[in-house]
Amino acid sequence: MADFDQELDASGLNCPLPILRAKKTLTPMETGQILHIIATDPGSVKDFEAFSRQTGNELMESKEEGGKFHFLIKKA
Amino acid sequence: MQEKKLAIIATKGSLDWAYPPFILASTASALGYDTEIFFTFYGLQLLKKNLSLEVTPLGNPGMPMPMNMDKWFPVMLTALPGMQSMMTTMMKKKMADKGVASLEELRELCQEAEVRLIACQMTVDLFDMNPGDFIDGIEYAGAARFFEFAGESDICLYI
Repeated sequence: MADFDQELDASGLNCPLPILRAKKTLTPMETGQILHIIATDPGSVKDFEAFSRQTGNELMESKEEGGKFHFLIKKA
Repeated sequence: MQEKKLAIIATKGSLDWAYPPFILASTASALGYDTEIFFTFYGLQLLKKNLSLEVTPLGNPGMPMPMNMDKWFPVMLTALPGMQSMMTTMMKKKMADKGVASLEELRELCQEAEVRLIACQMTVDLFDMNPGDFIDGIEYAGAARFFEFAGESDICLYI
């Protein structure tokens, strides 16, 4: 897993909380900074893809590891 | 990319009908939509400071119940005293167990995300509601005000 500037653990939270928390965490971050999100909600995979397309914040990585989903999002 | 607009009319005041407007509005907001919810009729219940919303299987044949009760439990029995409270408690517990956000939390997230919450003035007058019972940060307006935004919206939902 590449380096990241901030981490958000959204384990145990279901739709739409992972997206909402991500948006809240990303807002004060600087352009180019990377947010690492951990989630257990299987729906979050498609949600983050849509989030990335819609908001322009690049989804750099999306994978499943150790039963959890990991995402790397770069702030636009 | 021009900002999209979402307009929602919330007309229902039970627990099951309360989730869709707040979930859709908060998610849309997270995706960059400019969002406004117009609460009218029973939707005003969703703006109360103390949310005490209930849900009942009575009249809701589509509501799933534990132990397949929705298949065999007589509808008339769901009208018995205490049934509504029990069903509401069970529903809330299920939501908590599954990590679903509470309505208060979703509503707060909406306000933080600058979703505009508008209370129908006419309904407030009609049911003699006390504005002191509602949360802060809401606007009171009529249908015409809602159309100003709804007319420009990309998505308009009636809930």
